[in-house]
Amino acid sequence: MKIKVIINGEKKVLDIEPHEILLDVLRRYGYYSVRRGCDTGMCGICTVLFDGKPVPSCSVFAARADGHEITTLEGLPEAKEFAELLAEEGADQCGYCSPGLIVNTVYLKKLKIKKMDEAKIKLIGNLCRCTGYEGQHRAIAKFLGVEK
Amino acid sequence: MLSFKSYIKPKNIKEAYDLLQNNNAEIIGGATFLRLSNRKVDLAIDLIDAGLDYIKDTEENVEIGSMVTISEFEENPILSNLFNGYLKNVAETILSFQMRNIITIGGTLYPKYGFSDLITALLVLNTDIYLYHSGKISLEEYLKTKVHKDILEKIVIKKEKLKATFHYIRNSEYDFSILNVAVSKGKKVKIAVGARPGVATLAYKAMEYLNKNGLNENNIKEAAKIAAEEIVFADDIKTSKEYRKVVCEALVRRALLEVM
Ligand SMILES: Cc1cc2nc3c(=O)[nH]c(=O)nc-3n(C[C@H](O)[C@H](O)[C@H](O)COP(=O)(O)OP(=O)(O)OC[C@H]3O[C@@H](n4cnc5c(N)ncnc54)[C@H](O)[C@@H]3O)c2cc1C
Ligand code: FES
Ligand code: FES
Repeated sequence: MKIKVIINGEKKVLDIEPHEILLDVLRRYGYYSVRRGCDTGMCGICTVLFDGKPVPSCSVFAARADGHEITTLEGLPEAKEFAELLAEEGADQCGYCSPGLIVNTVYLKKLKIKKMDEAKIKLIGNLCRCTGYEGQHRAIAKFLGVEK
Repeated sequence: MLSFKSYIKPKNIKEAYDLLQNNNAEIIGGATFLRLSNRKVDLAIDLIDAGLDYIKDTEENVEIGSMVTISEFEENPILSNLFNGYLKNVAETILSFQMRNIITIGGTLYPKYGFSDLITALLVLNTDIYLYHSGKISLEEYLKTKVHKDILEKIVIKKEKLKATFHYIRNSEYDFSILNVAVSKGKKVKIAVGARPGVATLAYKAMEYLNKNGLNENNIKEAAKIAAEEIVFADDIKTSKEYRKVVCEALVRRALLEVM
């Protein structure tokens, strides 16, 4: 089946199977920032924005996106600033988890989150197996302009 | 793997209901649980564009369409402020923000999952379920009723002056609960126990005892014992029924003390 989707601001027509998962379709069409981790919605690595909200693309059927808007890391201009902060704080080790964390954190900036504790509630689903989170939290606090 | 021959996004609930009757079809809410199953389905009926993602605030009630996602309990000011943030606090402990952005109210309540935190929490409020075909039914009755091939359209929560609290025990924050307890105190006291591991139920005898004798520390101790005796627990991969019984008494006592 064919679906019409806006991806990173561009109108696209994608050819998909009715049961295909959004994560697989995005990668097939070259959006390689979207990565697979747990495949059950638990790790946050595959996070993209669906109509502006962070969702795990491993848990969304691609057919649902017909007529809707998807934003991946590639479509977020603010991503670079946060990625640099992650690097500065030593919070980018293997880097596998970074795209999902960046997409979710950029969304939080739009929410104008004021406290780090609020941010942590929304970031609990971005798992990282390398950093121990401390460096990530320093970078997040700087990016959001909140006290750690 | 879950596979479909075709995928349709009806524009309204009537269209969705008609499609559901005629096919080997499955309703898609958030798809979070569904997609973990291993089945072949002819038709996926995704409700995302069926106009069911509304939140209506009236003087007496709050109406929540079945496609509202559970992150709205933290993001939407009407829902996040209900009962002093009681439902916000419950929702915020369920899985991750990304998952809460796709998990729907309909997909949470319709299948009556035993582990559901929200079902336990909503059971101590005055919550009605509206099914497209079967009509209005209280959540309490719905949990005891067999429903086949219907669609959950919306839930309605009565606005009341009450104090409510939710307690749970989990192996880790991210895990399913080993036991859930919710308590509310308005004109009467309500106690619900979920993740037993069966679906949540009210602790009728304990509620009757407290509503007859009043809420004080001694009666709370007794009511917690009564609740632990009357609720039916079972073993599962996480723990034993004996452990759940002990935990139930402690959580019910703590929750009641909090609303006293
Ligand atoms: C890994 C994992 C961990 C989880 N941990 C927890 C937890 O700790 N606590 C907790 O409370 N929950 C937990 N959940 C459950 C989560 O809340 C469920 O996934 C959710 O309740 C299902 O919602 P959904 O909208 O994705 O429904 P779906 O997966 O789309 O649907 C579930 C079922 O309901 C049917 N359905 C959906 N919407 C409707 C409707 N409007 N009318 C009729 N039928 C409908 C579907 O056909 C399907 O049979 C977990 C889920 C996963 C995947
Ligand atoms: S791969 Fe999607 S949440 Fe882990
Ligand atoms: S940096 Fe390796 S998983 Fe996060």
